[in-house]
Amino acid sequence: MDWHQLWEIASAPDNVPIVAMLFLIPFYLWYALKQGIENDKLIAILESDANLAKTKYRKTQEWDPKWEREVHTWPYLMRMEFLVAIIVTVLLMVWSLTLNAPLEEPANPNVTMNPAKAPWYFLGLQEMLVYFDPWIAGVVMPTLVIVGLMVIPYIDANPLGNGYYTYKQRRFSIWTFMFGFVGLWVLMIVIGTFIRGPGWMWFWPGRTWDAERVDYAVNRNLDQVFGIDGSWTSAIFHVTKDQGAIWARVVFGIFPLIAFFIVAAILVHWICMRTEFSRKIYQRMSLLQLVTMYTFLIFMFSLPAKILLRLVFTIHYVWVTPWFSI
Amino acid sequence: MPEENGGSKEKTGVLEKVQADAAALRETLKEKTKQQVDGLKEPEKTQLYRSMFRVKHDDEPRNRALSVLSNVFFHLHPAKVNRDATKYNFTWGMGGITFYLFIVLTFTGVLLMFYYHPTKVQAFRDILYLENDVPFGKLLRNMHRWAAHLMIIAVWLHMFRVFMTGSYKRPREFNWCVGVLLMVLTMLLSFTGYLLPDDQLGFWAVTVGTNMARATPFLGHEGPLGGLLGMTPYNDVRFALLGGSIVDANALLRAYIWHCIAIPLIVSIFLGVHFWRVRKDGGISGPAPVMLESEIKEERNPRPVVLRPSGMSQHDK
Ligand code: HEM
Repeated sequence: MDWHQLWEIASAPDNVPIVAMLFLIPFYLWYALKQGIENDKLIAILESDANLAKTKYRKTQEWDPKWEREVHTWPYLMRMEFLVAIIVTVLLMVWSLTLNAPLEEPANPNVTMNPAKAPWYFLGLQEMLVYFDPWIAGVVMPTLVIVGLMVIPYIDANPLGNGYYTYKQRRFSIWTFMFGFVGLWVLMIVIGTFIRGPGWMWFWPGRTWDAERVDYAVNRNLDQVFGIDGSWTSAIFHVTKDQGAIWARVVFGIFPLIAFFIVAAILVHWICMRTEFSRKIYQRMSLLQLVTMYTFLIFMFSLPAKILLRLVFTIHYVWVTPWFSI
Repeated sequence: MPEENGGSKEKTGVLEKVQADAAALRETLKEKTKQQVDGLKEPEKTQLYRSMFRVKHDDEPRNRALSVLSNVFFHLHPAKVNRDATKYNFTWGMGGITFYLFIVLTFTGVLLMFYYHPTKVQAFRDILYLENDVPFGKLLRNMHRWAAHLMIIAVWLHMFRVFMTGSYKRPREFNWCVGVLLMVLTMLLSFTGYLLPDDQLGFWAVTVGTNMARATPFLGHEGPLGGLLGMTPYNDVRFALLGGSIVDANALLRAYIWHCIAIPLIVSIFLGVHFWRVRKDGGISGPAPVMLESEIKEERNPRPVVLRPSGMSQHDK
């Protein structure tokens, strides 16, 4: 166990935000769910007693009939804002006095940094480069993430849980968001920071980053696993074996892709229909909403699917074409 | 003419007149000084003060409201808010913290600009100069750096909070989209700043980042179908981002202009829209009274969701 290596990563000033995130995200997740579960208890009581539901008990915050519904922004809200501003300033001051922003040697195109890492907030994308070609990891996926986030309000047909914390009323959306945000985005960043060493190789925490290490790439494309060598196609179309192989691969690769889309669609549909409540929401959705939601969820599953194929079955590409590979 | 003044018949010289005025002033001086000093005890009654703040600020409901409404910075807020909306446990103050960090970054950023030249010869030396010679230069640079990191974390947590309270639901869908763009801009702001010290860290990070651009489908020379549009290393999107085929002087200048001028301007505009919409969408969404499953209204079927013609009213829930 090389504790020194671990410490070196964790204490690098530019990695402090990630270390902070390791605490902040679980904390706020807990904080949100705690309030959600408290509200869920309240909701359960109200659901069982129609009379109670008509009264003040719907409030999720402390309440007293004598209190006014609204308070003056000054001072009640703005004093909080100023207080928070002061706290943030103090925190930032202390942080800036104790830790120095990194500055390396002057830029030198002839000396490659190993590992050359993107800033931490983009490490998720860089980590994706392991599993996908740059045009997917660097262009298509970020676009899908941005557009996917923006369509959330338009595909979430569940009217409950607007303006208060709840878990039970929004199980599906909360799990989906958690999967994307914590499971894919944050986790990939953590892997990119703590696990990926020189040559972007996988070093378990505590293993020394050894720049000399070589990994023997044993990854194969799916068509190689199935022994597609173009002998059939070249015989049928009277072309050379190489040309035949290209077309055989193009055609072959379509099938696993279609299979993925079908399996993922079924999985997504199964998840969407798991509870009585989910089925009710499903009924409320328009066709456009359904298609959009399923499409984005299927694309979201493509990342873990590819990770699985790579790590468990050492598959490099699923679909090889002369123009691009997936 | 002055001789005819005050009905005096005697002819007096200028000197005498001044002497007389001075004598008169001596008598009233004490009183005037007292007035002046007393006036300072109530600065809010001075003309100077009133010209700045326009309204009285004594502690009564009307003036509390006016002090918010009549101040260009404070009037982002309504005069009164839902009592629960002031609670920390609902918003975590994350949107506010993000905004405050943006202000801190603007402030420290402007100060840094006084010392920084975006040229290959000077950029790195300017950082060394800042770190070693400029008074508080190191603190300044550290604060700018760490505030940037903090802002990214804060913006993620803000999005997370908005999601967990379901605040993106009707009527706030659009503001959520504005928010997503703000988040992307925040990250780009940070990224463009990374190159500016012109050190190995920034250079290789930007190299890694922009190398992805050359794989853009259609628009990058290594991207799928890039050849179709005649893309080469000298005319693709990566070239446009870097102002060249390698990360060099032009890239530094472009990063500088994006970082210090263009993106901050765009962010400011979007922030204006974001805050405006928070108000127009009926203030922040909660903490709202809970809604029950039994109260879900039947949807009209078929319902052309998303492309719905109406639904412009604020409180259409
Ligand atoms: C530069 C970044 C941003 C700043 C400075 C900012 C600022 C704010 C502030 C001050 C509020 C008032 C309530 C609160 O503090 O939570 C707010 C509300 C809101 N923000 Fe942001 N925001 C930013 C980014 C985002 C992002 C990334 C999203 C979502 C993807 C978002 C969506 C919203 C929504 C929907 C509301 C209304 C919340 C409600 O009514 O409860 N904002 N924002």
